[in-house]
Amino acid sequence: MSLDKEKIKHVAKLARISVDEAKVDSLTKDLNSIFKFIEQLNELNTDKVEPLTSILNQSLRSRKDEISDGKIREKILKNSPKKNDEFFVVPKVVE
Amino acid sequence: MSNITSQSLSEILESIKSKQISSLELTQAYIKNIENAKKLNSFVTTTFDQALENAKKFDNKTNNEQLLSGIPLAVKDLFCTENVKTTAGSNILNNFIPSYESTVTKNLWNNGAFLLGKLNCDEFAMGSSNETSFFGNVINPVGDHLVPGGSSGGSSSALAADLTPATIGTDTGGSIRQPASFTGTVGLKPTYGLCSRWGIVAFASSLDQAGPMTKTVNDCSIMLEAMSGFDEKDSTSINKKKETYSKNLNDNIKGLKIGIPKEYRVDNMPKEIDDLWEKGKKILKDLGAHLIDISLPHTKYALPTYYIVAPAEASSNLARYDGVRYGYRSQKGKDLIEMYENTRSEGFGDEVKRRILIGTYVLSSGYYDAYYLKAQKVRQLIKKDFDDSFMKVDAILTPSTPNSAFKIGEKTNDPVSMYLNDIFTVPVNLAGLPALSLPAGLDKKGLPLGLQLIGKALDEQKILNIGYAFEKNCGYKNKIKKWWS
Amino acid sequence: MSKEKFDYFVNGEKGKYEVVIGLEVHAQVLSNSKLFSGSSTKFGADPNKQVSLIDSAFPGMLPVINEECVKQAVRTGLGLNAKINNYSVFDRKNYFYADLPQGYQISQYKNPIVGEGKVLLDMPYGSKEIGIERLHLEQDAGKSIHDMDPASTYVDLNRSGIALMEIVSKPDLRSPDEVNAYIKKLRTIMRYLGTCDGNMQEGSLRADVNVSVRKVGDKNFGTRCEIKNVNSIKFMQMAIEYEANRQVELIEDGKEIDQETRLFDTKKNETRSMRSKEDAHDYRYFPDPDLLPLKLEQKLIDDLKKSLPELPDNKKDRFIQEYGLNSYEANVLVSEKEISDYYEEVAKLSDKKLAATWMMGDLFAMLNDKGLNIYNSPISAKDFAELVQSIKSGEISGRIAKEVFEIMVESGDNPKKIIESKGMKQQSDPKELEKMINEILSKNKDKVDQYKAGKEKLFGFFVGQVMKLSGGKANPQLTNEILKKLLKG
Repeated sequence: MSLDKEKIKHVAKLARISVDEAKVDSLTKDLNSIFKFIEQLNELNTDKVEPLTSILNQSLRSRKDEISDGKIREKILKNSPKKNDEFFVVPKVVE
Repeated sequence: MSNITSQSLSEILESIKSKQISSLELTQAYIKNIENAKKLNSFVTTTFDQALENAKKFDNKTNNEQLLSGIPLAVKDLFCTENVKTTAGSNILNNFIPSYESTVTKNLWNNGAFLLGKLNCDEFAMGSSNETSFFGNVINPVGDHLVPGGSSGGSSSALAADLTPATIGTDTGGSIRQPASFTGTVGLKPTYGLCSRWGIVAFASSLDQAGPMTKTVNDCSIMLEAMSGFDEKDSTSINKKKETYSKNLNDNIKGLKIGIPKEYRVDNMPKEIDDLWEKGKKILKDLGAHLIDISLPHTKYALPTYYIVAPAEASSNLARYDGVRYGYRSQKGKDLIEMYENTRSEGFGDEVKRRILIGTYVLSSGYYDAYYLKAQKVRQLIKKDFDDSFMKVDAILTPSTPNSAFKIGEKTNDPVSMYLNDIFTVPVNLAGLPALSLPAGLDKKGLPLGLQLIGKALDEQKILNIGYAFEKNCGYKNKIKKWWS
Repeated sequence: MSKEKFDYFVNGEKGKYEVVIGLEVHAQVLSNSKLFSGSSTKFGADPNKQVSLIDSAFPGMLPVINEECVKQAVRTGLGLNAKINNYSVFDRKNYFYADLPQGYQISQYKNPIVGEGKVLLDMPYGSKEIGIERLHLEQDAGKSIHDMDPASTYVDLNRSGIALMEIVSKPDLRSPDEVNAYIKKLRTIMRYLGTCDGNMQEGSLRADVNVSVRKVGDKNFGTRCEIKNVNSIKFMQMAIEYEANRQVELIEDGKEIDQETRLFDTKKNETRSMRSKEDAHDYRYFPDPDLLPLKLEQKLIDDLKKSLPELPDNKKDRFIQEYGLNSYEANVLVSEKEISDYYEEVAKLSDKKLAATWMMGDLFAMLNDKGLNIYNSPISAKDFAELVQSIKSGEISGRIAKEVFEIMVESGDNPKKIIESKGMKQQSDPKELEKMINEILSKNKDKVDQYKAGKEKLFGFFVGQVMKLSGGKANPQLTNEILKKLLKG
């Protein structure tokens, strides 16, 4: 399968990455060569193979229902590029 | 004292314990080396003041019985360090100061070590040459124009150049073992789940594992012992008793069965690599091990599988870098969506963006089954190959890399040829197994080459033992001249 | 009760349409801490005060699951008569939003913790079974606040990471009334189980509503629209009404219905397309590699099953059998666990049937008036039972009982004390009554004659006179008997 520019732009949109128009061509070329490489997998018949969900053969470990975290607003907000005393601040969202 | 920094970690520990040298003197010696090695660009951040403070504190203490007593250590800049900038080699985190310490580094500090600085790496650990770092190339001390391998390239470079007595890296597809191989050092990728992932900037969660990078196998066992252990904060951490790898290190490998997988003899592999492999086999055989031919039939599919699984997980793991809570935010854009798109476009480098796009694509509607699901099925087959082989053998011996360190810029325009560098290391990550890369020889150009020992899950002690015996009998000598200072 | 016929259709010009509704209810799990972190879930905290590094998705943070949330989901599944899956998987649902710090929501996609189940509704036209498709655990998002600053949106992550149960119904609902009954039933079941407080004002229970229409008799479903995040039953009903009519109009105009996500605008009472969600349909689900599959031991499920409280459907049946209530009464009295507990306490100490009548009448009316709930009722179950028993024994009449009830509400006094101190005891001495009645009959000879001549309506007049003379305390039954006897003579 080959990836065209439109598809790449769509995927970039999904990934929230703006793509420089000037770079689309080289990106298309690179991604197509990578996918050509990846698609070697099609040689293999895997119809009867169970997909691997986890490399560890154990069940999910759980924790007790205790309040052990939170109340660290300063730490949470400290690194934010835009914030006030209480909130993270982002450009206006229109729903 | 003059050449303390060229000694191994275990030798340094002896000197510290016997008070031949103080922690402060040791730390000052490394600081001097680091200041003279700026050309290598292996450090992103140094924490000299803090290190000197810690060294003084240590010297005033009477108890120095810990595993890493008084040892300054530089670590890959993928480990979050409390109040010390942590960048993951990326512009998007270039001003990020965590309020927390990763479990693995905390374990090191709890064992008496302290932080010397943060080491350069490929951006978000995506790369095999350390050329994708926002903070620039790292130079391999082996040669001015050579890459140190990646993604733990700052770690391998700093270690080989005597800028840290030992270090830690992370390995998602070979990021510890390949740079170790390129710099003539020892690198171990532990069993998935042996070292906690908590507080390590994630690349691909099902593959990432932290591990030691050292000058000797004994050092490696000390570091692994210090850094590993169960962590209830990581749901994929294995709950088992802590092992004392260094105490149990043993060079008797008589009777052990060593598997030699025929699929690792790949097309166009330089004869030197083949010769090195032969040399390794001979050493082990002479030590009383049995060589057994085995087959890992799905080996050639490991790399394509990896380039679906790792980018898929990465595309999701890196979604949190959106300019809202930390890190870089673009000032361009009129609404939230444009802010995201510009932040991520300006904040990530080309290789990271490329992998996010691959990952997004292979998970997207209509393609999931053909790519991601297919890859998880092949991953099952790859794991089964190893499971079957380990019914017959104790460990597997392969080359670490298909070539020695290459020139800076040599592969940057051809992503696939860059990816092929990890052809021998990636299967191990997909199967969650431990693997040790050992310096084993030099190629025609005098560049280091490594051999890889793969073990069963949680069989670190065994591959360390084999590596220990190998090391004693291999006679490998690092020939690095300090051309940079 | 007479059975009504189902009658909810949209009448277009070209025919009659049936409305097909499915609900995705998001119920907040009752737990102390969040699904994957140790932050508190308490409602109403200061912004970003209940946020951990995990909830705000700092680099290197990892989720660890809260065992209680898992148990709560299993309990709820059992309460919905559903299949509990011993193997379930947590997936990542990937999309970007300001209040979604990880850039993905941890949810369950292919392998949910709970499979198919069912809920029984009591409708005026009979009982109706609504199928449950699945129940899965997932993380809640934070909150975006758009009205605090004209140029910016503020983000509060207190809610981020709180455990939700998404309960997906089959498209079995057919009217706003059924939706109302379904939500209330779910809420009742979860409150009985203690797995969700069902508080819609605080957002503990929200729903996405899937609506489609089809001509009556059609077998195939129409194209559906999903109305996101409606947080009250009233709004759900209004949204369905609006959306069904919108879709019928489109169909009749020969237009296509787009399968899309819509938002209910509570100010305009209409639904509109949510543009911001348009390209977000591709969620790129995949198993969360930070978590392992959740394997539940059968023993855990069995133990949870054994420890479940009696659920409303069973309790209703028992109330009918044990207390002789009718279906309607039983339904009302089991609708809240606290109500049923109160009723049982009263019924134990007094007449069961009369207790039901008085609870559903005067007690509920009073609570409603005062905006109170049964658990903060000014009248204790014990006092209420005493009141009922005083009526039953004939100590006071129903009319007096109403007065006693009022005084009980105001003073908080016990009914016996009120009856004693105010002399409200019923006159039940036949001799005394006979004396009183004879006095009245002799004063009203003309009316007695008229009665005897056949004007039987006057019986009521005599009763009224007795009541007047006795200050309302004459035992009505005895009064009737004696009056009849004396009027015959």
